[in-house]
Amino acid sequence: MEKKTLKKEVLSLLKRNARFSAKEMADRLGASEGEVLATIAELEKERTIVGYTAIVSDEAESNEVRAIIEVAIQPERDTGFDNVAERLARFPEVRSAYLVSGKYDLRLEVVGDSLQAVASFVAGKLASQDGVKSCATYFLLKKYKESGVQFAREEKHERLKIVP
Amino acid sequence: MNDSKLSHNKWIADHIASLPKSGIRDFFDIVCTMDEVISLGIGEPDFDTPWHIREASIYALNKGYTSYTSNLGDLRLRKAICKYVEENFNGSYDPVSECIVTVGVSEALDILMRAILNPGDEVLYHEPCYVSYAPTIRMTHAIPVAVQTYEKDDFVLDIAELEKKVTPKTKALLLNYPNNPTGAGLTIEDKKRLADFAIRHDLLVISDEIYEELSYVPRSPCIASLPGMKERTVLLNGMSKAFAMTGFRLGYACGPHPIIDAMMKIHQYSMLCAPSLAQAAALEALQNGAVEREKMRVEYEQRRNVIVKGLNELGLNCFMPRGAFYVFPCIRSTGMNSMDFAMTLLKEKHVAVVPGTAFGPCGEGFVRCSYATAMDEIEEAIRRIGEFVAKR
Repeated sequence: MEKKTLKKEVLSLLKRNARFSAKEMADRLGASEGEVLATIAELEKERTIVGYTAIVSDEAESNEVRAIIEVAIQPERDTGFDNVAERLARFPEVRSAYLVSGKYDLRLEVVGDSLQAVASFVAGKLASQDGVKSCATYFLLKKYKESGVQFAREEKHERLKIVP
Repeated sequence: MNDSKLSHNKWIADHIASLPKSGIRDFFDIVCTMDEVISLGIGEPDFDTPWHIREASIYALNKGYTSYTSNLGDLRLRKAICKYVEENFNGSYDPVSECIVTVGVSEALDILMRAILNPGDEVLYHEPCYVSYAPTIRMTHAIPVAVQTYEKDDFVLDIAELEKKVTPKTKALLLNYPNNPTGAGLTIEDKKRLADFAIRHDLLVISDEIYEELSYVPRSPCIASLPGMKERTVLLNGMSKAFAMTGFRLGYACGPHPIIDAMMKIHQYSMLCAPSLAQAAALEALQNGAVEREKMRVEYEQRRNVIVKGLNELGLNCFMPRGAFYVFPCIRSTGMNSMDFAMTLLKEKHVAVVPGTAFGPCGEGFVRCSYATAMDEIEEAIRRIGEFVAKR
């Protein structure tokens, strides 16, 4: 397999399941384990892959409070939204940060131990930042789907055991 | 009256009474009594029907689209089918006169055979093959003529073998590539050779292409697109395999108007029309299903790579299938026949495979393993087959 194609295929598999072993990926793609390991190393080195994480249930995160926060920003000359966005993204409470189109500019996902913790982060750290014009906080109540994985499992339909 | 004293058999038509039961019936009954079986015996996708397709059917149900459609099928669906066939298989058909929507390819095959065959007519078909071809032909009082295909040819039909079996009574040649159970496929050269044979003997070609979209090699144009072939070819396909819609029972036939018209006569009296909710789902699948279809195809392809490598490493040789979701390893190295291999493997290791003989006598020495099952099951099955083979 061509190197570029292998990169694409390995990436596509790891995005589906980061726990695929190099051997399984090699067997799936008809490549050698060594080739796959080298490809992963390269993807990590060039920072195409920047990390691996687990997708966990609501219950596993029951000690956390999460909120989506819409932030309107005053853009700066030359750098636009980047300076403010990168400054906000540095806070460990901010789990994800996107510049978005529409009524507001940044969409943050913020995590805290309690409602109060999130509220005080928003009031004390976020809303008071230079360049932040306004923000709106939406606490997350229940997770239905994350990273393409649906949480309510459909009952698996039992197929016939032999079908010609 | 005591049932045992009444011979119901006298009411069963001779040609049905003489039809053999499917060779895997007993095997199937045993599998059903066992728990914890890993089955590589399932000839249908393990994916759920993509949500957008199910949703389209639910929408149609909510809207009350539950009446009969045109006998030929909803015209919008026939238009979508002809567009799809043109874009994907290079076949050009008129949705009004050259296309009929059926209850799966099974019905299409049945009404086609009934439409074309007189008692005593002969139909050439290749073995190993899907279990229903010979019975479907026999039910029309015509004669199925099996032509063997061989492992050495990657189970592609050999013209010399065909020439041996063709007679003045031969009316049609039935093809099924990509093939169940072998995974064999046709190159464009193979198709040209078969087309030449069909033209030379003035045969109708029936091409069951239900696995065509599940190809793992670059696809070539359909046999109907070759010169002189459109007028003598009927293409059969459906939604079951490519879109994981087996239970919807939705297929179609494209071919010359007089043949479609003859099929339509039988269809209108026996089936009336394909289920309207399934037609709504099929329309959505053909128009918007390419992305999900491709995801499934890629997953099958990767499983194919894993299972072929695994079986070959165990000494159960199989060639790399070009399409469908089956591998057909040779099990002769174990010294067992197909049925013994399948039965003993099932009893000792709780892995179900289908004996090759279910697909014709020349399937002896082979078993069919389906990779339309989850990868972890495939890997566990290979591990268990490895233990099984090591003891022989």
